[in-house]
Amino acid sequence: MFGNWRHKRGRGRKSRAALLNIKEKPFETCRQRGDVAPKTCCLLADVPPGACCRIRRHRGRGAVRQRLLDLGFVPSAKVRVLRKATLGDPIELLVDDTFVTLRKNEAAQIEVDP
Amino acid sequence: MNPPTRLKGGARQERRVPPFHIERARKRALENRMVVGLAGQQNAGKSTVFNMLTGSNQHVANYPGVTVDKKSGVYREDGLKVEIVDLPGTYSLTSFSLEERVGRDFLLSAAPDAVINVVDATQLKRSLYLTFQILEMGFPVVVALNMMDVAAARGLKINLERLSHSLGVDVVPTIGRQGRGREALRDRLREVRKRSGPAAGLMIQYERLEPFIERVEARLETLPDLAARYPIRWLAVKLLEGDNEAEKLIMREANGGAELLADVRGWRREFEAMEGMIPSDVIVLSRDRLAAEIVALCVSDTSTGRTPWSERIDRVVLNRVAAPFFLLAAIYLVYEISIVEGNELTLLTWPVLVWIRNGIASLLPSPALLFDPYTRLLGLWVVDSASALLNYIPIFFILFALIAVLEESGYMARIAFILDRVFHGFGLHGQSTLPFILSGVMAGGCAVPGVMATRAIPDRRSRLGTILTAPFMNCQAKLPLYILLINIFFADHRSWALFFIATVSILLALLVARLLTSTVLRTMETAPFVMELPSYHVPTLKGVLARAGDRTWVYIKKVATIVAAAAVVIFALLQAPGLNAERKLWYEGELDKVRVGFETAIQGTAYESLADGKPLISLLRAFANYEEAVAEAEGPKALEAVQAKFKARYENYYPLLDPGTDEQAAGMRAALKALADRRDELRRDIDEETLTYSFFGRFGRAIVPVTRFAGFDWKTNVALLSSFTARENSVATLGVLYQEGADENQRLEERMRNESRARGITPLHALAVILFFALYPPCLATVIMIKAETASWRWTLFSIVFPIVLGLAVSSLVFSVGRAFSLSGFKMMGIFYLTTLVLALVVGRGGGRRSAPPEEQLTDLSPQSI
Repeated sequence: MFGNWRHKRGRGRKSRAALLNIKEKPFETCRQRGDVAPKTCCLLADVPPGACCRIRRHRGRGAVRQRLLDLGFVPSAKVRVLRKATLGDPIELLVDDTFVTLRKNEAAQIEVDP
Repeated sequence: MNPPTRLKGGARQERRVPPFHIERARKRALENRMVVGLAGQQNAGKSTVFNMLTGSNQHVANYPGVTVDKKSGVYREDGLKVEIVDLPGTYSLTSFSLEERVGRDFLLSAAPDAVINVVDATQLKRSLYLTFQILEMGFPVVVALNMMDVAAARGLKINLERLSHSLGVDVVPTIGRQGRGREALRDRLREVRKRSGPAAGLMIQYERLEPFIERVEARLETLPDLAARYPIRWLAVKLLEGDNEAEKLIMREANGGAELLADVRGWRREFEAMEGMIPSDVIVLSRDRLAAEIVALCVSDTSTGRTPWSERIDRVVLNRVAAPFFLLAAIYLVYEISIVEGNELTLLTWPVLVWIRNGIASLLPSPALLFDPYTRLLGLWVVDSASALLNYIPIFFILFALIAVLEESGYMARIAFILDRVFHGFGLHGQSTLPFILSGVMAGGCAVPGVMATRAIPDRRSRLGTILTAPFMNCQAKLPLYILLINIFFADHRSWALFFIATVSILLALLVARLLTSTVLRTMETAPFVMELPSYHVPTLKGVLARAGDRTWVYIKKVATIVAAAAVVIFALLQAPGLNAERKLWYEGELDKVRVGFETAIQGTAYESLADGKPLISLLRAFANYEEAVAEAEGPKALEAVQAKFKARYENYYPLLDPGTDEQAAGMRAALKALADRRDELRRDIDEETLTYSFFGRFGRAIVPVTRFAGFDWKTNVALLSSFTARENSVATLGVLYQEGADENQRLEERMRNESRARGITPLHALAVILFFALYPPCLATVIMIKAETASWRWTLFSIVFPIVLGLAVSSLVFSVGRAFSLSGFKMMGIFYLTTLVLALVVGRGGGRRSAPPEEQLTDLSPQSI
């Protein structure tokens, strides 16, 4: 999609495939293989739409961190990146059964594992 | 039913109730009174449960010192008075956000007899975090498991008995939107009241932090008084978390607090070194694990693999390419329906307002030939000012109802999601959308509800930025002046000029927001854009009408009180000091010259008694009405109808209005017409002279040296000054100022056009006025609202002074540049538009892309370390 231009580094192709993938699959929080985040990702902000990842740790502190923890972004929680907004920022995520939107700035404060 | 397995994460235990709870409860019991707090997360349906419990008996105020709504309501049952206090919707009870602090302070200071915890049944796991925290504070808790219908529809089966058993508190299933579960909740509250002794409930255990908690608890016990007034375990946990407010509380309430805090800090470091995690993370993780455990025990999900409806809708509606089009379509629909249909409705309601005005007019002292009594002038002025504003009520009601539909359905949150990047670029927040829309993004709105709606913005800096810029939107009251100026000066480019005004005000507002948030608002507290997208709901008619009604009512209240009061002041400034006796005498002499002619004409006829006083005034009124009716009548049939009507109504002197073939009557009629025309002329001159020498007139002339750089003459100044109370005044004042030609039945547009040409006023002048008006300070009603919302006179004053300075600067710049290069107004409009557009694009793209702060090496939170 056209919003990927700011996130080059050769990930455009993969994310597109993932995006197409999600539409055909039944809705699962994060179970299938193949829709996990690419190995190169280590920040939530870099996970392409459609992919899943696991929270490793938060870099942020204070209010942001607390709010994210309250919403279920706790370590080892599984997160699926659902979509980006039209201008590429913010992003929508699925944590447990909650749909949450985050700015990339905040998402860049969360380290994830594929 | 099998007894639930013992939970690993939390052990049930008898809890110590802080004595202060008991003391207060005893007092309330004597008074047969009960206070209940209503806590829950945002979107859990807390307000529906609140409405269900209290019915219409509600009261909204602010929590002390802050602008957070405190809703409370009362219901009575068998002589027992139960007061329900709605706490702000929060996810947690930390001290990081204002709402959480407010909710917590209420619980601590008011010590409610029970807390109803509203829990979204579809979000059980995450909701339990809050439940644990309330239990930890030692309050008797009743869980209202809300939205059971939605949960069932999603295929979630919740075992209530197990849940209640796990939590150790009562769990009542409710469907707030349908009002179900009310009796059960009230029953439980009654039971809680009867129960004596310590409240039961699950006590969460924090694993390896427990020894440390015990240490802090032991220390707290030694502090006199503290244990009697606060839940000690809760306080211990908060201190280990490093909670600011809890630390302040210790410093404030306890002798030797500083030492205690130093010790706690030491223990915190010790724990960190030992476990590789900070205590607050262990606390969160323990809560998360316990919640997961309870959910696994009590909830069975039969919906495996089914995509929730909301997500299916969002795949289309939030699609990256399609989203802007859905958004535009939604906004277009809102305006189309509210402005077009609303205008239709105003056609029905306007006669009502006219009827009321005439009713009041007939109660006021009757008019005189030239100088009407001040009480009459003032009365009509106030009524007219108010009815000009009240006329918008139908439009507003529809607009507010549609916006309520957007809010209740869940689409408003999605709009914030789509537009956040745009607003963020200018230092605002995705949730600034609603205030801007309410204030009139395209056209037609009102800044009063707009400013009020900024309460939903969690970010203090963005919130203030939105409050200060929302008044730049094109509110309904700005439109008349714009339309007047466009019709006069940009008649050939009408649609372009309209487009310019509709969009340039958004660009200006965004640019100003960026300017403010990166300068004066720089140091204000901000909050991240972390927002939960609620599931789509079908809005309920009741909910929509209630919201729309509330907002409309706020508007009506402002108009009825503030604007009416301010109208009196403006009236005085526009009228005083008034004409001196000499001038009055001169005017009366002038009129008498004509009146003598009429007097002679009717001498000796049956109409002799009409020569003066009240009869003459009513005759002149009848004459004016007749002339107007005849001029409006089309075709002979309509004319006959008019004549018949007037003949019936004014039997006594109908020949004076319509002499027919009677020559003598025709002569009298001519004299009457001369008198009527001369009277109109003189009255207009009096109005103009009064205004010219009034305080406003003098002030308007005095500031010409400043405003001349923007091309404003004194008449423009007066019109702009008078629109401070309400912007519609601008056109009314111009109407008085541009009198010449009024006798030829020219419309205000034509009169202004003719006079402007004669005095060399060009479209460039008009452009400067339009820009100044776009940046005009908020009207008085909005200023009052800004005071209420910012709770600060400094910001309120700033909201008035800053736009004046900015507006003058922008208009002067545009006017001077246009003049220097002798550009036409229309060209200058184009240049200005392109400049702002480019500026906005540059600023907006740069603004949101602040690089992430450098990686801090914080404690590792990886699951292995737990």
